[in-house]
Amino acid sequence: MIFSKRTQLLGVLNQSKINYRKTGIFLIVIAILLYFGLGAGLEGYSTFKLSRPRDPFVLPNLIIPAESYIYISSILIAFFGVRLLFRKESSYPKLIIAITVFLSISAFLVWSASGKSLSLTGMLQATIVRAIPIALAALAGVLSERVAVINIGIEGMLLAGAFVGAVGGSLFGGFIGLVFAIITGGLFGLMLAILVVTYKVDQIIAGVAINIFVLGLTSFLTTHLLKVHPTLNDAPVFRPIHFPLLSDLPILGPTLFQHNIFIYGTLVIIILSTYYLFHTANGLRARAVGEHPKAADTLGLNVYKIRYTNVILGGMVAGLGGAWFTLGSVGRFDEGMTGGRGFIGLAAMIFGRWHPVGALLAALVFGFADSLQQKLAILQTPIPSEFLAMAPYLVTIVVVAGLIGKARPPAAIGKPYNRDR
Amino acid sequence: MTPLNLIKESIIIDKTTLDKVLLLPLLAIFLSLIAGAILLLLTGETFFSVLITYKALFYGAFGSINAVSETLTAATPLILAGLGIALGFRAGLFNIGAEGQIIIGGLVTTIVGFSVTELSPIIHISLALISGALAGAIYAFIAGWLKAYTGAHEVISTIMLNLIALRLLDFFLRTPFVQKEGRNDPISKSIMDTSALPRLLETIDPQMRLHLGFVLALVMVLVVHWILFYTTLGFEFRATGANSDAAKYAGIRAPIIIVLAMALAGLLAGFAGAIQITGVLGRATPGFSSGIGFDAIAVALLGRAHPIGVLFSGLLFGALVAGGRQMQVTAGVSIDLITIIQSLIIIFIAAPMLVQNVIPWIFKSSKKT
Repeated sequence: MIFSKRTQLLGVLNQSKINYRKTGIFLIVIAILLYFGLGAGLEGYSTFKLSRPRDPFVLPNLIIPAESYIYISSILIAFFGVRLLFRKESSYPKLIIAITVFLSISAFLVWSASGKSLSLTGMLQATIVRAIPIALAALAGVLSERVAVINIGIEGMLLAGAFVGAVGGSLFGGFIGLVFAIITGGLFGLMLAILVVTYKVDQIIAGVAINIFVLGLTSFLTTHLLKVHPTLNDAPVFRPIHFPLLSDLPILGPTLFQHNIFIYGTLVIIILSTYYLFHTANGLRARAVGEHPKAADTLGLNVYKIRYTNVILGGMVAGLGGAWFTLGSVGRFDEGMTGGRGFIGLAAMIFGRWHPVGALLAALVFGFADSLQQKLAILQTPIPSEFLAMAPYLVTIVVVAGLIGKARPPAAIGKPYNRDR
Repeated sequence: MTPLNLIKESIIIDKTTLDKVLLLPLLAIFLSLIAGAILLLLTGETFFSVLITYKALFYGAFGSINAVSETLTAATPLILAGLGIALGFRAGLFNIGAEGQIIIGGLVTTIVGFSVTELSPIIHISLALISGALAGAIYAFIAGWLKAYTGAHEVISTIMLNLIALRLLDFFLRTPFVQKEGRNDPISKSIMDTSALPRLLETIDPQMRLHLGFVLALVMVLVVHWILFYTTLGFEFRATGANSDAAKYAGIRAPIIIVLAMALAGLLAGFAGAIQITGVLGRATPGFSSGIGFDAIAVALLGRAHPIGVLFSGLLFGALVAGGRQMQVTAGVSIDLITIIQSLIIIFIAAPMLVQNVIPWIFKSSKKT
């Protein structure tokens, strides 16, 4: 035991040594790619629109000479890379990586917008909007994985929430639809809990079965119900809330203060669940169940009940996230409309280190990837749109592979708890 | 990775195992069909029309020689991809990526099928099938490598690879090299006649689609059975799946086993895609894989991750698919009902206690006899 710990420690030390060299080489490769791949033969200026014509305060457009910007940023990255390679240490390794990421993404944007114009504000706004379902899916994952229940079924819960939200919204209005969606998510959470906590079904099989079940059920009901009665699939969409003064601010206004109830609701839920998990006795109990259920049981906690509660709460959050697809976005349900967001949410949960706030920040990264591919498709870059559409999926693989930092999941993850053993 | 309980249990053969291997799957199917009927009743169908629906399902699957031919044709890719997933289960891997591997394998087979010319049929068919299978193996290798060397959970990475494969297919179907001449919609050129698998029952009725691929699938059942239970590699797969720590201390190199198991699973799924192209479709379209990769998960579970079990559950699911098509045509019930029934079968199979709680009396009486 001690031996294995020591080798682990040595491994970590060795790794960090290699990492400086590897990172240095990596940065130089990025710089070369930027310099020759994007910079070569580029002419003209890239225009970034900061405000829309209707805005009360209009900012001038940001105009950047494309070629020089890319050359300057690649030279900067190469400088960092060479420095890391030879000094083999750095006081601010994370800062350097952050600057590199910013420079390469901005250089990529400048390249794709050269000779054209791109609405920067619109892109930031889309980032926030598209991060919402991913953040809620990730939070649903955090709530259930903190009590050591893997929830692969989030995708299905999103889809169920979207469907019920659309039907409920069409019949009784947006808010009732929202409540229905949350209840539906909770019911599927209950179903997962019954299967994995009481019947000790393999957690991944149960989640996959829920996904297939919901996909089949919603498609079946779409054919047999929604196509027959189109009025059932015509839900109202929540309007953006207007904040006096704040919404009129340039850049910040459209990005942060012109959204509908889902965006602010998500923020509130993130704050509430952070408080719940890390500042209340119940949250501590939940985490104890996730780390060491036997110990928690010995202390008199009801492991089964706590797992049930948290998985159902997670399901409710996923149901809310599902409602975003219909009530918060387009107002109608389409088969398979969640498009893998539930799984991306799981990646965001891992990237966010099983913490609600981390999950939100990670979701913003995925939201950015999502809005980037959407805007670049409009700009008609030489990159085929299908490859742009892969961006969020590729980012997900990179994240779950732990290529950007590794984190530890709750210790008892995936294991059913049997009181009698 | 948690080893799957059901595999461990099925190793010891006694009276209760017999219940689990035969009785439980049958009950699971029965309960799922009942649940499907309840769903139909809830959506406003009458009891009588539910009977008609299930009658159409049955006739579409077994009602005539043509129906049986359709069942076997539909079962072929399910058996192959199911074998791949079962092999993954045995090694402790949950490969949800069969769909993506089928897409990549089918796409490569299509390209080989239309671009290579002037070969004799035997060589061309072999070349097309092998290249498709290899493409599937390489695509699955990515997920295996990620799992073995970075710890990325194969469930998430294979799902992402599925989504990426769909986009890749869309992209290639629109490139001039692959896209059919004179078409604007994404559809590939048709494969050469020399790379089409021969049909088996053409002498009886040229409409019957049963092709040589079914025989190949049967051969693969035997091959996978041999690999799993009669080779060192198969033992290493099973050891890693049953207890990865114990396997490690016995000197089995887990990373290599994971990569190999994943690649073999991908090989079988890619082969399923290749067979589907050369035997049935003749060209690639968006969504040509039509969820075979997901149905195959249920096939592998129902077959308890045993090659022979996979064969029978593949035949059953082939019957469900073929019957489901007939059901959609004659009874007007969406084929999505089949998807629902399949997911319920997975749940009932994975939760044997649940079945026992729903119908306790059958288990009581069977224990007495």
